[in-house]
Amino acid sequence: MIHSLFLINNAGDLFLEKHWKSVISRSVCDYFFEAREKAVEPDNVPPVIRTPHHYLINIYREKIFFVSVIQTEVPPLFVIEFLHRVAETFQDYFGECSETTIKDNVVIVYELLEEMLDNGFPLATESNILKELIRPPTILRSMVNTITGSSNVGETLPTGQLSNIPWRRAGVKYTNNEAYFDVVEEIDAILDKSGTTVFAEIQGVIDACVKLSGMPDLTLSFMNPRLLDDVSFHPCVRYKRWESERVISFIPPDGNFQLMSYHISAQNLVAIPIYVKQNISFFETGSSGRLDITVGPKQTMGKTVECLVVTVHMPKVVLSANLSATQGTYNYDPVTKILLWDIGKLNPQKLPNLKGSLSLQSGAPKPEENPSLNIDLKIQQLAISGLKVNRLDMYGEKYKPFKGVKYVTKAGKFQVRT
Amino acid sequence: QPQQRPWFLCRNEDLKEMLESNKESLKLEAMKRIVGLIAKGKNASELFPAVVKNVASKNIELKKLVYVYLVRYAEEQQDLALLSISTFQRALKDPNQLIRASALRVLSSIRVPIIVPIMMLAIKEAATDLSPYVRKTAAHAIQKLYSLDPDQKEHLIEVIEKLLKDKSTLVAGSVVMAFEEVCPDRIDLIHKNYRKLCNLLVDVEEWGQVVIIHMLTRYARTQFVSPWREDAVFDENSAKAFYDSEEERRVDQSKPYIMDPDHRLLLRNTKPLLQSRNTAVVMAVSQLYWHLAPKHELSIITKSLVRLLRSHREVQYIVLQNIATMSIQRKGMFEPFMKSFYVRSTDATHIKTLKLEILTNLANEANISTILREFQTYVKSQDKAFAAATIQAIGCCATNISEVTDTCLNGLVLLLSNRDETVVAESVVVIKKLLQTQPSQHSDIIKHMAKLFDNITVPMARASILWLMGEYCEHVPKIAPDVLRKMAKTFTDEEDIVKLQIVNLAAKLYLTNSKQTKLLTQYILNLGKYDQNYDIRDRTRFIRQLIVPNEKSGALSKYARRILMAPKPAPVLQSAFKDRDRFQLGTLSHTLNSQASGYLELSDWPAVAPDQSVRNVEVVEPVRLPCIYLVFKDNENSDDSNKSSSSQSEKSSSESDSEKKKTLKNKKPQQQKLDSKDSSPVFVPETSHELLHRMTGKGLSAQYRFTRQPCIYGNSMVSLQLTLSNSTDQALENIHISEKSSTGQNIHRFNAIERLEPQASVTVSMGVDFNDSTQAANFQLCTKEDEFSVSIQPAVGELLLPITMSEADFTKEQGKLVGMNESSATITMTPENVSSQSVNRKVVSVANLGVIPSGQENIYRFSGKTVSSGSLVLVSVVLKDPDAVITINTEKTVMGSMLLRQVKTALTNSGP
Repeated sequence: MIHSLFLINNAGDLFLEKHWKSVISRSVCDYFFEAREKAVEPDNVPPVIRTPHHYLINIYREKIFFVSVIQTEVPPLFVIEFLHRVAETFQDYFGECSETTIKDNVVIVYELLEEMLDNGFPLATESNILKELIRPPTILRSMVNTITGSSNVGETLPTGQLSNIPWRRAGVKYTNNEAYFDVVEEIDAILDKSGTTVFAEIQGVIDACVKLSGMPDLTLSFMNPRLLDDVSFHPCVRYKRWESERVISFIPPDGNFQLMSYHISAQNLVAIPIYVKQNISFFETGSSGRLDITVGPKQTMGKTVECLVVTVHMPKVVLSANLSATQGTYNYDPVTKILLWDIGKLNPQKLPNLKGSLSLQSGAPKPEENPSLNIDLKIQQLAISGLKVNRLDMYGEKYKPFKGVKYVTKAGKFQVRT
Repeated sequence: QPQQRPWFLCRNEDLKEMLESNKESLKLEAMKRIVGLIAKGKNASELFPAVVKNVASKNIELKKLVYVYLVRYAEEQQDLALLSISTFQRALKDPNQLIRASALRVLSSIRVPIIVPIMMLAIKEAATDLSPYVRKTAAHAIQKLYSLDPDQKEHLIEVIEKLLKDKSTLVAGSVVMAFEEVCPDRIDLIHKNYRKLCNLLVDVEEWGQVVIIHMLTRYARTQFVSPWREDAVFDENSAKAFYDSEEERRVDQSKPYIMDPDHRLLLRNTKPLLQSRNTAVVMAVSQLYWHLAPKHELSIITKSLVRLLRSHREVQYIVLQNIATMSIQRKGMFEPFMKSFYVRSTDATHIKTLKLEILTNLANEANISTILREFQTYVKSQDKAFAAATIQAIGCCATNISEVTDTCLNGLVLLLSNRDETVVAESVVVIKKLLQTQPSQHSDIIKHMAKLFDNITVPMARASILWLMGEYCEHVPKIAPDVLRKMAKTFTDEEDIVKLQIVNLAAKLYLTNSKQTKLLTQYILNLGKYDQNYDIRDRTRFIRQLIVPNEKSGALSKYARRILMAPKPAPVLQSAFKDRDRFQLGTLSHTLNSQASGYLELSDWPAVAPDQSVRNVEVVEPVRLPCIYLVFKDNENSDDSNKSSSSQSEKSSSESDSEKKKTLKNKKPQQQKLDSKDSSPVFVPETSHELLHRMTGKGLSAQYRFTRQPCIYGNSMVSLQLTLSNSTDQALENIHISEKSSTGQNIHRFNAIERLEPQASVTVSMGVDFNDSTQAANFQLCTKEDEFSVSIQPAVGELLLPITMSEADFTKEQGKLVGMNESSATITMTPENVSSQSVNRKVVSVANLGVIPSGQENIYRFSGKTVSSGSLVLVSVVLKDPDAVITINTEKTVMGSMLLRQVKTALTNSGP
């Protein structure tokens, strides 16, 4: 399936290649570079590129293009999903997935790629299994290895590979047994000029950090499972229990993982935590414009809105901005044309306001459209959908684990049209 | 000292030296540097001899790095590579399965033709290895050997055949992959493994799932008949079609469609995978449903596909493409999710265009105003290419929905005064296409465009306006010659496409209005004659011959008017995804819209289904109820005694299954050794009960009936068949059961019925878990407009499932269930009920029990189990002329006494 993989940085340097079948010359990437140039923005590069003899399927992540070479028919999502899994594995191993870390750990990267694919078909992609085959680098281990000459490659087949639960390592032991769950909800919304909601939905995930000894069998139940419209699960979750009882029953992988993601699309359930009053106008003459933005709380369920940031992609003719903010700081980058206003905590008594004038390129016609505002925010201790975890039960092990649930609401793709 | 140098300065000599030292750590260091070189694409083949010596190293990391090197360079250094082969042959016999597997992996990755026989042998051996991991590696090696030497195909197929029988979930995905690569046309190899693959599917790793689902999609299209027939009755349980009233007994005797249980099995077992976190799996299941499921069941994939839109940009791209193709054929699927396709200013350009495409496809009379409002925002976008695409989309909506054509046209005309050129140009082009459909009403617009002509500079737009002038010069008789006059002045400065249209305009005006334009035309034709572009010279010459008659011009000039002014069909504005459905969804070929190499065509449904029995494995279940084996996944008898057909499903025992089994066992240990078999119902009553009368249901009536079959939706559910009829004269839409259930029962709802035509009726099945109680299940039956509260009150006899057992077992079990668990009554039988036939018939008609063949003439025995908890229910009737003693033994005492009452009434009543 996947023939070769090339990693290319943002500047167009090919810094790693790996082949699973016969070697394919790196000149095949010329077709990619051509497409890359045509696209201007890296985001606009088409994910599937056809060349005379091969197909290039690529993803762009952390400023790196993962370009895979395909020769025959294959579901494109199969390859895309796999490439993202590779990037996630790197992140998991090295803390971040960047050109530097990949270059620094090139041997481990190679060993990982070798284990993840055999003849182009995925072999081991579960992080728990990979970690038994190839140990992640730590400073201590590399020191020990240089002294003792021992290696960081496992000698036996990971037990998970053969069992029905390939995602869990065997023989896990902790002195403190703990299980934490983070319910993170993101609001995707489009608000129109007048502040009415054009579109809103909630995307939620439950991230888990489970450090429990042995083979715990967990059951997580919700106060209001009917809220969940559409869910997808980590392979460890038993579909049947969810179908019949609406509980999440699973034997967890060891460590951090995403237990489930869900989707709430019913508009009436989606509370919009803030409102934005804005007025951006460009004058016909005098090549200038005016900007006035005020942000205030709407449905915050009594919590404080934090980390509030407003981003505006200004039209190309805007040269500079002369504004004053009653709270927070603003910054206008004349190259990328991005106005960024970092407000911080939203104080309902004194609403933050950003006001001032914009100067435009003289002679240029005034922009047709007003730029839309992108909002970023965070509300601690609140799941905006009202989803509540009821309880977590553990079976199969004797000890009493420490359990914790945290809720966070964030803005996802939250856009205000002007 | 080589160690002191920065590693990138290391020369090959130093590396060689390090590899040949006796220090393990130095060798390892050297190998790490070499791997670094390989990763950067530098040539390190020179070091081959030094590296290959370390292939037998004890240090596992060193060994692995050597493997990496070998696989990379063996093809270039074939002779030297052979030196390492014996090491691998030895390692293939290693007691450690990881070592065996990795030896096979490397051996099969060395692309040296000379070792083909060795590889073949190794694969054959590994295919029978005890470790499933090694067998998985063997499956991968099959493909490698096949690409190295296609002549081995026949031998490899033998190995594939063997591995397809493998019961390990680890092997399944890999061997199907090998099958797809080596012999995708050998469908016959799949038959016997079909049911096993379906049942294993949930437990296979994600990547294997994708491959298996794609293969099974192709398989199903060759083996089952199309479920897309108009009159299809989607009755999943009953083997015969069922009519509930006289009027439905249609004269038309054509056999209604009944889905093959194997077809249903595939659909059912793939459905939970829609919840997978792996987007490729979700897409695979979606395409399977698209290509195989009855149309009314398709809606379940919508939500999952829309969910994928939250994923990475690349995933969005592929999913949107597939949705675009789907939305052309089935608008209804995605219409409720229209807003999910609204464009954000931060989306990548190709994502924006696809979303636009989908919104255009979804547009209909009802939602067009919303969509047009949304489009208005897009037209103002700073991304001008996207704005232009939006204008195209508006044009599409305008032609598809005639109600809004005028609105769209007016909107587009307004855009003509837009400041951006691309927007204006695109508008002109789209207006031109729209005007062609009804030119006479729009001479105003043509005039308006003529006025704007001077300000428009984009050649394509200018050309379009000129063409419009020429084509409809009769509608604008005053303006057209004036435009021509202006063009004569600027002819030499125009772009080529504009020049061609000037020539066209001149010719058309000459024919319709030669008085005013004769001279102008001649002038323009002269200019064209000496143009630099030969296309223009050519066209000019042709036009001149055609319109200006002279002695040389042939018969053609007589027809000049008819040639030039012929009415031209309006262009069809259609989606770019119109013909994409020729490719299987989710494939690379679909994405590229051209056939990729190795694409396997999806065949059309066969007109007549091929023999179904090819999929039967060894023991064949009584034909009456072919789907029973897939239902009792976790009942107590599948684990040891009954190895017959139920062993099929047992293999896939997922976590939860085995767990349930355990709890069942703990509750009733006495049942473990019981040799009882689930059996098909002895008698299925035809009577149906009213659920909703057409008067209360505002024309919608519903009747239900117990099918007495094991429920496919859940083992603890009672299977029901619902017939919904529409007695109004309007179609009813979106008939479904509301999500909220007022009582506690767990209900498996039927898939919403999108549309029920007037006077039509449809049969669906549902499952209710009554929890072994006769408490009524209350729920809401909804249509698009209304909600009706309905309730189903089960008779106690319907909460049972028949089982068969031997007479001896029956007495043994009965002996265990005494005291509290026994209830009995003595009745006086009516004479006509005394015959054995009538006793049997009476009992099985009130309760879904199995009949146990009896050795004694005056004793009748029946056995069954409760649907929810699986508790045994034993009924015996002992005749002592003229009395009869009815005894019921069951743990469920309440059910027992209720059942006793019913059996009593049945046996004392006379009549059939």
